[in-house]
Amino acid sequence: MTLSLRSFMRHEAVLGILLVLVLFVLAQQSDKFFTTANILNQGRLMTEIGLIALPMTFVIITGGIDLSVGSILGLCAILLGVFWQNLGLPLPAAMALAVCVGALAGLVNGLIITRFKVPPLIATLATLALYRGLAEGISQARSVRGYPEWFFVLGQGEVLGVPTQLWILIVFAIGAAAILGLTTFGRATYAVGANETAARFSGINVDRTKLLIYTASGLVSGIAAVIFVSRVSTTRSDMGTGVELDVITAVVLGGTSIFGGRGTIIGTVIGLILVQALKNGLALSGVKGDGTIVVIGVVLIFAILASNLFSRNGDG
Amino acid sequence: MSFETATVRRSASTGFAARTFATYGQEFIILACIVVLFVAVGLIAPRFISPTNLTTIFVGNAYIAVAAIGMSMVIISGHIDVSVGSLIGVLATISGTLAVSGYPVWFAWLAPVIVGMVVTSFIGVLVAYVRIPSIVVTLGMLSILKGGLISVTGGAWITNLPPDYLIAQFRLFGIPSPVWFMIFLTAVAAMFMRYTAFGRSIYAIGGNGEAARVAGIPVERTTVTIFAIHGLFAGIAAVLFATQLQVIQSTVPPNLELTVITASVVGGVSILGGTGTVVGSTLAAILFAAIGSSLIFLNVSAYWLRAVQGLLILATVLADMARRHRIG
Repeated sequence: MTLSLRSFMRHEAVLGILLVLVLFVLAQQSDKFFTTANILNQGRLMTEIGLIALPMTFVIITGGIDLSVGSILGLCAILLGVFWQNLGLPLPAAMALAVCVGALAGLVNGLIITRFKVPPLIATLATLALYRGLAEGISQARSVRGYPEWFFVLGQGEVLGVPTQLWILIVFAIGAAAILGLTTFGRATYAVGANETAARFSGINVDRTKLLIYTASGLVSGIAAVIFVSRVSTTRSDMGTGVELDVITAVVLGGTSIFGGRGTIIGTVIGLILVQALKNGLALSGVKGDGTIVVIGVVLIFAILASNLFSRNGDG
Repeated sequence: MSFETATVRRSASTGFAARTFATYGQEFIILACIVVLFVAVGLIAPRFISPTNLTTIFVGNAYIAVAAIGMSMVIISGHIDVSVGSLIGVLATISGTLAVSGYPVWFAWLAPVIVGMVVTSFIGVLVAYVRIPSIVVTLGMLSILKGGLISVTGGAWITNLPPDYLIAQFRLFGIPSPVWFMIFLTAVAAMFMRYTAFGRSIYAIGGNGEAARVAGIPVERTTVTIFAIHGLFAGIAAVLFATQLQVIQSTVPPNLELTVITASVVGGVSILGGTGTVVGSTLAAILFAAIGSSLIFLNVSAYWLRAVQGLLILATVLADMARRHRIG
């Protein structure tokens, strides 16, 4: 156990150095990069991905994956608009209901995975299509606009000079780190990913653990959807397309093993900041949006490559 | 696990019919679905089974079936490639650009196939020798290919393609060439996987990599070769995709990787590796295309297409898992 602890601390150290290096280089490229306004704005932009990356860390630690998060985001966003505008519910109720639908979608993923023993990759690949399909079918490509002014506080407002949603992300990140690092549930999560059979024999309720984690993944995707709608002031069915890739990149970059059993929230947060800093820094130094995707892909492969080499040379 | 149950199942059933069904159960189910769909929708809307519509369905989707052949091999060997959609987009653009730049037509057809094999071999090396999980490598590759393509081309349209380049619009005995490609490549790949030692080793690696190694299969080299073959099929798929219309948009076709993976999985390729056939994946690709087209004829809004597809994948996977559990 200490051995694996050391090896993932090593990955985080590598990542931390990489982050400092990237920040340093990017700061040289543009004097706008290290301004408070820019940094806070980047925090605003990365909140949705960051929120979803937290439960995704749990999911991947158990050895699973959740590809449907982007579609759940889209579905919840659409339903928020439908509940509020078409069904005439009060907006707070519509928000709560949309988040509940997210949790339900996550629960369905969990049930398919635990009850029917469908591999998570396939189960969530199927629900990725299903949930996005429901979003498209329900919306019929109509967008919902005209939300009341107070609603935008969530995605466009500030509290104590910091974007509202960044506070939410910070609270959630601390909560997730505490659950993963300090509670029996967190230890059960690692145990399930490290060796599911052994976990079962040690009396851990594996299915319940997984069910809770996938439900949380859906729930948080629902919350991210509400924040997303508030940030961009409109609802469309293609919202959150491809989010799953950004999320998984941040988590895997953060040192969580795709095979399960290994990973930390702090690693995910570093991975998240690294991805966002790269996107922003490159954009400021004149690289077009699509060029930055290339860099992120390269960084993802090299980060895993480096951590593989280090862990092999070290612990053998 | 699944590999073992499959073997047990096969030796347990003695009759020829039972044995055939045990081996090709999923393929028969999909074939039955296709027949039922064509008959049912054909009765409601006769124009659905008109030659024009059938041509549209097959020509427009054959490239997905071709790409799914290579994907099936990758998945059977226990890996995955989520970058195949971006790869096909890049290869189609390369092919089209060469064709309009005055290179000979055969070169515009051959180049994407070779580039495809180089890219996927590189993925294979990272997976087999450097031991990075295939989902991570191909996730990274997806970003690289997609971002690279759009930054270079800006998503521009490639027009003025020379007529003799448009291979997907050729016909042989009145049947469009993509259909020939689909049938021929599926047949060759199916025989290759069933009757050659290399084909069997794909199943062996996916069923149990360590056992395969002990049995003397060079696992790393075989894995790289499997990815290279996958690139070959992606290259052919890209040419069929590029030549089906008079123009090519140099972007990544949305959700193509999911459609290809879905065709493989619904066709009976176990995501756990070790089982499945390319006949199944081709049939599943046809079924998907037919469902998409039938929605239009049944006056269902096209916006529901994805939901129907999702339900179908889910139903197939659940049925497959239920069948496995009953036997195992």
